[in-house]
Amino acid sequence: MCRLFSLTSSVPISPMRAIEALDVMKEGHDGSGIGLFLTDLAGPFQDSKHLPILSGIFTQSGVLRMEEFMSSQGFTPQYRLTLAPQDTPPPGTPKREVYLSQVFEPPSAWNGLAQEEREVLLTKTRLALRHMGQAEEDMVVFSFWPDVLMIKEVGDPMEIGRYLGLDREEVYAGRILAQGRQNTNYGINLYACHPFFIQGVSTMTNGENTAFVPIKEYLGSQGVPGYEGYQSDSEVFTHILHFTLKGLGLSLEAYKHVITPLQDDDMHAHPDRDVLYTMKQACRRLIIDGPNCVIGCLPDKTMFMVQDRKKLRPGIVGGRPGLFAFSSEACGLDAAIPERDKTKDFQPMHLDTAIVSPDCQEVRICRQTQPLPHLH
Amino acid sequence: MPANTAITPSTLSQRDLPWQIDWDIHTCTLCGRCTAVCPVNAIEFGTFRKRTLFTPPLGLSDNRSQGLQHKPSSSSSIYYGIRQRTDPAYACIGCAMCNMVCPNNAIRPLKSESTDLLRFHRDRGGQPRTRGGRRNSDDSVLDQIKFMRISMLTDPALDAGRHEFELRTLIGRVLPPAEALKTQREKGWMPPVREIYPLMIGSMSFGALSPNMWEGLQMGVAYLNEELGMPVRMCTGEGGCPPRLLRSRFMKYVILQIASGYFGWDEIVHAIPHMKEDPCAVEIKYGQGAKPGDGGLLQWHKVNQLIAAIRGVPPGVSLPSPPTHQTKYSIEEAVAKMIQSMSMAWGFRVPVYPKISASSTSLAVLNNLTRNPYAAGLAIDGEDGGTGAAYNVSMNHMGHPIASNLRDCYLNLVKLGKQNELPIIAGGGTGKNGNLAANAAALIMLGASAVQIGKYVMQAASGCLGSEGDRCNICNIGRCPKGITSQDPRLYRRLDPEQVAERVVDMYVGFDTELKKIVAPLGRSTSLPIGMSDALGIADRSAAERLQIKYVV
Repeated sequence: MCRLFSLTSSVPISPMRAIEALDVMKEGHDGSGIGLFLTDLAGPFQDSKHLPILSGIFTQSGVLRMEEFMSSQGFTPQYRLTLAPQDTPPPGTPKREVYLSQVFEPPSAWNGLAQEEREVLLTKTRLALRHMGQAEEDMVVFSFWPDVLMIKEVGDPMEIGRYLGLDREEVYAGRILAQGRQNTNYGINLYACHPFFIQGVSTMTNGENTAFVPIKEYLGSQGVPGYEGYQSDSEVFTHILHFTLKGLGLSLEAYKHVITPLQDDDMHAHPDRDVLYTMKQACRRLIIDGPNCVIGCLPDKTMFMVQDRKKLRPGIVGGRPGLFAFSSEACGLDAAIPERDKTKDFQPMHLDTAIVSPDCQEVRICRQTQPLPHLH
Repeated sequence: MPANTAITPSTLSQRDLPWQIDWDIHTCTLCGRCTAVCPVNAIEFGTFRKRTLFTPPLGLSDNRSQGLQHKPSSSSSIYYGIRQRTDPAYACIGCAMCNMVCPNNAIRPLKSESTDLLRFHRDRGGQPRTRGGRRNSDDSVLDQIKFMRISMLTDPALDAGRHEFELRTLIGRVLPPAEALKTQREKGWMPPVREIYPLMIGSMSFGALSPNMWEGLQMGVAYLNEELGMPVRMCTGEGGCPPRLLRSRFMKYVILQIASGYFGWDEIVHAIPHMKEDPCAVEIKYGQGAKPGDGGLLQWHKVNQLIAAIRGVPPGVSLPSPPTHQTKYSIEEAVAKMIQSMSMAWGFRVPVYPKISASSTSLAVLNNLTRNPYAAGLAIDGEDGGTGAAYNVSMNHMGHPIASNLRDCYLNLVKLGKQNELPIIAGGGTGKNGNLAANAAALIMLGASAVQIGKYVMQAASGCLGSEGDRCNICNIGRCPKGITSQDPRLYRRLDPEQVAERVVDMYVGFDTELKKIVAPLGRSTSLPIGMSDALGIADRSAAERLQIKYVV
């Protein structure tokens, strides 16, 4: 079973802090990979917060092909951060040529476009690069989005963190999702590594989603750019969240109602039962069947954790004003925020969504039996 | 056979029949129950003459022994017993009612091991064989499908006995999510959707079934709904609905069927203003898996006063429904207009869906329906479906298996992104060899939203004697020895509706446990695993490829 750890902080912090927490939880993962999602970036990326950053792993020829492609699309390269370690990689980690994070200025033709149109174009650009890379095996592209960095690699999280020198200030971030991978039923493929990302929405999961195939078939047939890949059964959680927020215009509080709708008695007693019942029927193909614990981050930097209906996966949230963490296990939380008031730690159960807003002041628990926030 | 008996081309020996009566003279009490109960008069009371020869024994040591003094003699005696008739019109059907009523177990039909010759003579007067029943083949792709995606180490399998399971399904047009929420917000017309149990009792008409059988089924369904909270639904078939039921609160458990004969619809239409509850749905029958391209058929034997009154026809005449709806020019038009008319009759509050025979044209119908906002689903009936009456040739040789037809239709919906919007109801051969839960679960995972059963419920709930070995199969002539498909009170009083209802409940509760025993190890409990094809495997490479499931050996 994978281990998950995320931090949301009002001041930028090192991603190594999350990786150290994963290391404490090492009994729960086999060190077969690490995935990092970093947003609310500090350092040099702070100056170009509105410009998209391309994150991925490239060969030298892949970098050239990428540059050629981006130039042909009208993108202008800006700040670039490359991690090209000279040391021998740790055991189990392949030797890569370039870990790249490159800021691009979009083509001037985009200036008049609406935000939604720009978002779709950014996604399509990322997908085009991904497909190019899959054909030639010279690039792996994780994200192309403003204020988002993603790093994924095969191997032990702690060793990779040191190997890549992730304690550098350029990658300090206010919000960090980190996953320590336990390789299970899918081959080690970087596209199968959590966290998954689409248009500012990122989630990571542990557990296995047994309803994966029907959900994948449904998402894949909705004609939304980016609903593809699915090298991991957990990627659907990210896309369902994206669908809930952007496709349906609902809030995070509705996500739990989509993936694990209320059952009869609770539904009848709910003040919003009519809309919830409609959602339950219309989004039936998005109902997950865990056990799963999902941790994610929204475009507005809200961070959350939900459990599936069975609540068979561990998950805990705690912290202090200014710094909160979501963790698979309490020991991870202890390692990252030892000074917190532990009596306020919370383990979300089958009806809960634990939410920390961007102001990072408190953990808010939203139970499915509560009224939905008013839709506007 | 006496030497002077005329031998005609259709004269058959007992050996030429598919079923032979094995009668034991030593245990028979000559009570006559077997001959009285035989629904086809295949056996009759027989008087047999028997000659006995007496040869005096030879003495070895005495010349004056008897053998040389007396000639051998013979005498005749008479005994009584059971004679099997060999006239094709009276051939034994293997129902074994004789055995069931025999106090000493002295008589039973045995299936011939060789191919019978009766089949060549079942067209007396130029009238080919008609019968009820099924295809008479125990082949089943569904039986070969295994559920092999068992949650092991990475995720725990669930406890089928103690975990909570949400296994209901939706029948009705479900709008796409964004449109559904918009419609809900703007209080627009939302197509009616019913949340029901995924195993439905398929269409068997009042007329095809006896009143006791129908009442038993209805009582069982009502009990399942009201006492056990299982929203089981039953379709009427084409034959109308008893007026009291139409006006009762139990109407909500009933799916009304309209077919090309429109039998019973005069009564239904007149009852609409008096209905306390809307029916669950309306099913428009365009075809039936057992006899695709053929209309319904109720032979005159079964059209008594009651049936005639409910159907609005004169008694004692055969009621063949046309193969298609005669008032419509094309199927597209028929589907669109009939769905709309039926929806309108109940103020667009009742889901209306067509039922077709599985066929290579199913996809065309489905594609039509996806563009019809009023279509509430599609029921597809495979070749292994049953019928109360049809020509033997239709039953044995016409039709399309359900598995690949359903799969094609589901994958087509997936391609269109409408797999949640238009439920497919599959039927035809589910549980034909007794594996109801496994077959139903396989159909659901291949893409069915619900499964319809007919023959299985007749066998399980009322003891139908039919089997895939051409046993009994006389549903068409109203002589059902169990009283299930007869309209003769002397026969159907054998069937106690209360006991049928009990068996319906037992069957459903048992099925529910078995279904959980299948989905729990797959780690599924939060929703019905429609289209979970990754769970399925089959040891037949071609079938795996065709159904797009895993090939496992």
